[in-house]
Amino acid sequence: MTDQSPFIRITSVSRVFNGGNGVHDLSLDIPRGSFVVLLGPSGCGKSTTLRLIAGLETADQGSIAIDGKDVTSTPPSKRGLSMVFQSYALFPHLSVAENIVFGLKVRKTKKDEIKTRLEDALRVTGLEGYEDRKPAQLSGGQRQRVALARAIVAGHPLCLMDEPLSNLDAKLRHAVRKDIRDLQQRLGITVVYVTHDQTEAMSMADIVILMKDGRIEQVGDPADLYLKPATAFAAGFVGSPPMTLIPANALPANVIPGGFDANTLTFGIRPEDLVLSTDPKAIKTGIPATVTGSEFLGAETFVFVAIPGTEGATGRLPGRVEISPGTEVSLSWAGAAAHWFDGEGGHRLTPTVPGTSAQDTKITSQPDTATSTL
Amino acid sequence: MNEMARLQKRRLALYGWMLAAPALALMSLFAFYPAIATFWHSLFTRGTSRRPSVFAGFENYGDLFADPTFWTVATNNLIYAGVTIPVSIMFALVMALWANAHIPARSFVRSAYFTPTILPMIAAANLWLFFYTPDLGVIDQITGFFGASPTNWLGQPETALASVIIVTIWKEAGFFMIFYLAALQTIPPDLREAARIEGAGRWTYTRRVLLPLLMPTTIFVFVNAMINSVKLIDHLFILTKGGPNNASKLILYWVWEMAFAYFDSPHAAAMTILVLLALGLVAVAQFRLVEKRTHYR
Repeated sequence: MTDQSPFIRITSVSRVFNGGNGVHDLSLDIPRGSFVVLLGPSGCGKSTTLRLIAGLETADQGSIAIDGKDVTSTPPSKRGLSMVFQSYALFPHLSVAENIVFGLKVRKTKKDEIKTRLEDALRVTGLEGYEDRKPAQLSGGQRQRVALARAIVAGHPLCLMDEPLSNLDAKLRHAVRKDIRDLQQRLGITVVYVTHDQTEAMSMADIVILMKDGRIEQVGDPADLYLKPATAFAAGFVGSPPMTLIPANALPANVIPGGFDANTLTFGIRPEDLVLSTDPKAIKTGIPATVTGSEFLGAETFVFVAIPGTEGATGRLPGRVEISPGTEVSLSWAGAAAHWFDGEGGHRLTPTVPGTSAQDTKITSQPDTATSTL
Repeated sequence: MNEMARLQKRRLALYGWMLAAPALALMSLFAFYPAIATFWHSLFTRGTSRRPSVFAGFENYGDLFADPTFWTVATNNLIYAGVTIPVSIMFALVMALWANAHIPARSFVRSAYFTPTILPMIAAANLWLFFYTPDLGVIDQITGFFGASPTNWLGQPETALASVIIVTIWKEAGFFMIFYLAALQTIPPDLREAARIEGAGRWTYTRRVLLPLLMPTTIFVFVNAMINSVKLIDHLFILTKGGPNNASKLILYWVWEMAFAYFDSPHAAAMTILVLLALGLVAVAQFRLVEKRTHYR
């Protein structure tokens, strides 16, 4: 980690397909030993980026360097990396052990070295006793571990993973998420991980790279992405339920920070920052809204409200909240909790004079009472 | 309760037989009965109006083995099978790999390869008859261009069988290619990418991954090719009529000749039974040896 030069450096790489998807002028640095997640909706270019790093796609323009060496036109096998595929891509006619050592055998590694490496990989992934099974005789989770074992057996410093958990059920996914993260830390390898699941990205990544339409939307650690989304897209993509985004001109003028043009402005608020109140006094000052429904999830309750002129908002309230559809409520928030994005590119704006919102003082003083009155 | 379970089991068995009955009836009528009848028929002498047919045991079989034509035909057929099966399978595989790759005019290549298969056998044979025509045919035109003298490809014992073999390969390879093409398309492209990342080149990938995964198709194609190799008759009618001097005569043509040209049905029946026996033995060997090593998904 003392090495300051990036492990992977992608410099203005473009790769465009006939269909239109691909990546455009992408530049990216990935530090050594980090767990980097490429996040984005389908068709955003995250898989293409991964395949470019792997060498399965060739860049139309730009250059890619791994560990200081330019690998732009190097074949995949010479890049010193391994890959876990979404489908696992296990060879169905080979046993677990043969699958794992396939690459070692192709590279003509010595027999006794293959043996020790195989044993290590089996032990690390907990596959001991399954050596002679065929992939068809394994469960989804076991197949996934075979793919992992195949990726780590050669000891490459870089491992690429293309949505490796998307074929597992929710419970298993949670466990494997942790396993992969532990494995990465223990082996000290660099992992580039592609997913469209923001929960996976937030829980595993050192660095999240959010992509959209073949371009990078935001790079940062998970907290950055959540607390300071760079764009309205980032704000809407990260977080579950996503941030409420409504056009600012549907809000009363007094909540718009000074210097902003309400007509081209988007307002964003995280569900947990939205304060709902049924107190008659608050209704006069807050933004009027009507409850349309709620979901009770045990530790918290999501409340959905309609605001005239918008697609509505979501509030997240702790514990169980009984509120019937049709109830008139008042919405408010702490001034610092509001996010503002400009209308065109959706870029984040920072109010020049913080705390200009008229609601600021009132709301921060009574968020607890507001929820308890419901 | 126990009574109930037994009744249910019996009813299930009955359902099973009922479901199998139509196929069983048809198979018995058109396959099992003729096979047994043929065997029975092969044990009797040829009946004429003066000397009625009598039971002869395995005498007909002994006659066959004593007939030099039998050995010629058997050898011919062995050569014919020994060349057409592996060569057409190899061509089929290479053509399928080629037609499956990302090449320009891919669908044209595929249909071009498949064209020989959709031609009727008789039409194909007539086409080749023209190719092989001494002096005037396409082949002699080409060889003549390089100064070779005209050859009667189908009319001389040295080249007749080889000429028939070439026609068969031309016709079968495209047909088998379709099966390989279908099988290749079920192999996910991920496997190739995974192999590439693991450092496997094209040849290693083909040998270690592709061919093993195509094994079920190869077996299927092999069985088909084997059956075809004892089934060929229509080409011979057009091309050589088994001649010259039996040089291109194959088993089925000979059986047909015995039965319908010389009206010697007992010997024809005996020969048919021998073919069935040989095919059965090969099938058993196949299941014993190859099936075990084949991976089915």
